Amino acid sequence: MTETFLGMPATAPPGVGHLRGDEPFPVAARRALGDAQLRRNVGHATSTIRAKSAAVIGEVPDWPQLRAAARAIKTDTMARLPELLEQLEAAVGRAGGTVHWAADAVEANRIVTDLVRGAGADRVMKVKSMATQEIGLNEALMDAGIEPVETDLAELIVQLGDDRPSHILVPAIHRNRAEIREIFLRTMPGVDPALTDEPAALAAAARRHLRETFLSTRVAVSGANFAVAETGTLAVVESEGNGRMCLTLPETLITVMGIEKVVPTWRDLEVFLQLLPRASTGERMNPYTSMWTGVTPGDGPQAFHLVLLDNGRSAVLADPVGREALHCIRCSACLNVCPVYERTGGHAYGSVYPGPIGAVLSPQLTGVADNASLPYASSLCGACYDACPVMIDIPSILVHLRGQAPHPRGEAVAMAAAAYTMDHPALYAAAQRGAKLSRLAGPRGRGLPPPLSGWTASRDLPEPPPQTFRQWWADR
Amino acid sequence: MRVALFVTCLADTLFPQAAAATVRLLERLGHEVVFPQDQTCCGQMHVNTGYPDDALRLVRRHVRVFAPYDVVVAPSGSCVGSVRHQHATVARRAGDERLAGRAEEVAARTYELSEFLVDVAGVTDVGAYYPHRVTYHPTCHSLRMLRVGDRPLRLLRAVRGLELVELPQAEQCCGFGGTFAVKNADTSTAMLADKMRHVLATRADVCTAGDASCLMHIGGGLSRLRAGVRTVHLAEILASTEANPAGGAVATPATGGAR
Repeated sequence: MTETFLGMPATAPPGVGHLRGDEPFPVAARRALGDAQLRRNVGHATSTIRAKSAAVIGEVPDWPQLRAAARAIKTDTMARLPELLEQLEAAVGRAGGTVHWAADAVEANRIVTDLVRGAGADRVMKVKSMATQEIGLNEALMDAGIEPVETDLAELIVQLGDDRPSHILVPAIHRNRAEIREIFLRTMPGVDPALTDEPAALAAAARRHLRETFLSTRVAVSGANFAVAETGTLAVVESEGNGRMCLTLPETLITVMGIEKVVPTWRDLEVFLQLLPRASTGERMNPYTSMWTGVTPGDGPQAFHLVLLDNGRSAVLADPVGREALHCIRCSACLNVCPVYERTGGHAYGSVYPGPIGAVLSPQLTGVADNASLPYASSLCGACYDACPVMIDIPSILVHLRGQAPHPRGEAVAMAAAAYTMDHPALYAAAQRGAKLSRLAGPRGRGLPPPLSGWTASRDLPEPPPQTFRQWWADR
Repeated sequence: MRVALFVTCLADTLFPQAAAATVRLLERLGHEVVFPQDQTCCGQMHVNTGYPDDALRLVRRHVRVFAPYDVVVAPSGSCVGSVRHQHATVARRAGDERLAGRAEEVAARTYELSEFLVDVAGVTDVGAYYPHRVTYHPTCHSLRMLRVGDRPLRLLRAVRGLELVELPQAEQCCGFGGTFAVKNADTSTAMLADKMRHVLATRADVCTAGDASCLMHIGGGLSRLRAGVRTVHLAEILASTEANPAGGAVATPATGGAR
């Protein structure tokens, strides 16, 4: 950073990356809710993952202890993040890698673009990564004349369909196999016109499409699930093997990692590698766990660059309540159990981080004013907190952020008046009697103004009772 | 036992039959019920809508009103959840550590109705009679904030004449969520539609729960559909006897307004 530090750390800058939607959540949700196909696709997929995950979590007798351990490790990590990052930097350097510090998306995109150019490449292959989606790296690379190729099957579907990811783990969860077949037939060069929508056939088509990329691309860009401060080891977990290809075949590997992904010791991975697969995909063990430490002469990429991304994370860390959102290991369990996400899908959240974790992370990364509707995109049912493998108290953070959100003036006046009234029992009793005025509106609430009309659009009003409880009690 | 009734503003104003049933039930079980007149609202709506500063005076009032009592009982999982999990936080946020400490003391003596009956009073058969086919919706805050578990079901299973039918996907939120229901009315309605589908699939006559708020939501939807399923607060079922059937105390329709 070149500026002098004058106060709160900076939030993620606007105009770059994908943390801000074009419209408030209720507006985007309304459109999504009208898409019956989307509702079916997301509903089916989330209920399938939920059941699978619940079954394999049930097999682990010490699941609660693992969750508590994960929370303790993450709390400790956040408490001494600067020290751990410097330790990581030194360890990566010792192992032959180079560490770059990126204050925000703009800086990270510039660093990666320069590195790719420096390697003389005009194409990169990518391992699925939330951090690079967050900063809009693909767009930045394309602007620089570099072609990014997504190699994760779902990210490839999203990229070929000129679409946006809608789930952290399953970016194309909003698509069914018939839609995927159509995307492949329309966009994949040399695809077999007789392609069926069998999952195996679709995967085989993607495999043929990608194989040439794996063998001919000299630079890969990945994210990271974990980085071990004591050893300088990076870890990527994935299910398809495309990640392993990208991490081992190219000459140059560039990893973009949010600064919160560091863990103190190698042994800490023991906890997270038990929690992550069962909470995310419902697998007992992760299929492909790739780990590398710097550069190994004669084996794998001979140039390794680690880009440490802030992009608002220091601002999140500065909030003692909100910082728990940085504990997230991107498993998506909260999305899969969320009754709001299940019905609206991910695009309604406007950010690459959808669902409950997105509703607490995106507003903090951008500043709450830039994502003011997201903390309200929850009924506070608490299913996310129960499902979270690292025990992030998402409902409490949502409530905390609502306290920071800008409020509509009329609502703020009404809330203050309500609090005043309820702090004066005589006024309160008078207001209760006034509630009978709602009789005039009828059960359908004819003529009620917004936001009350939002209730009566689908729900009758309760019939006001002839007397309140306190009147009944007094008459008793 | 001397029990202070924390009536909740919603039950006081719109669902007095649920509050009156709580009184009748507790008195029938031999407890002395007192109603501290200066209580109004716990402030949950303010906290959850993003107005913790406005909520502070309501937290202070609640703590002052209920501090003198050894046992406080409310016919609501949600309002007890707010007392237990939010009041001290609101006080600490305002820098009032003394209020936070007193709020924690009051919270430790505050029980949701089924918690009080099963854990404190030690009863599951409260001597009720309710000859209807009933399904139970575990409200989110009862289920996940208070962890009331199967206490309400144990109470319902002991009710004579009552046929209890399991609600499919019972643990899913009904979509109420306080001001969520109006701020995100479309999403709330989509959640409600699925909840109503599951309620109707049980072919129950009555849907019950421990919170008047969620019942107001489910009942409002069922009423709009003219579905013919009533929503009735758990307290009303448990208070109901052959001699004094549900709805006897205050002459009003059942909780939620489904007619």
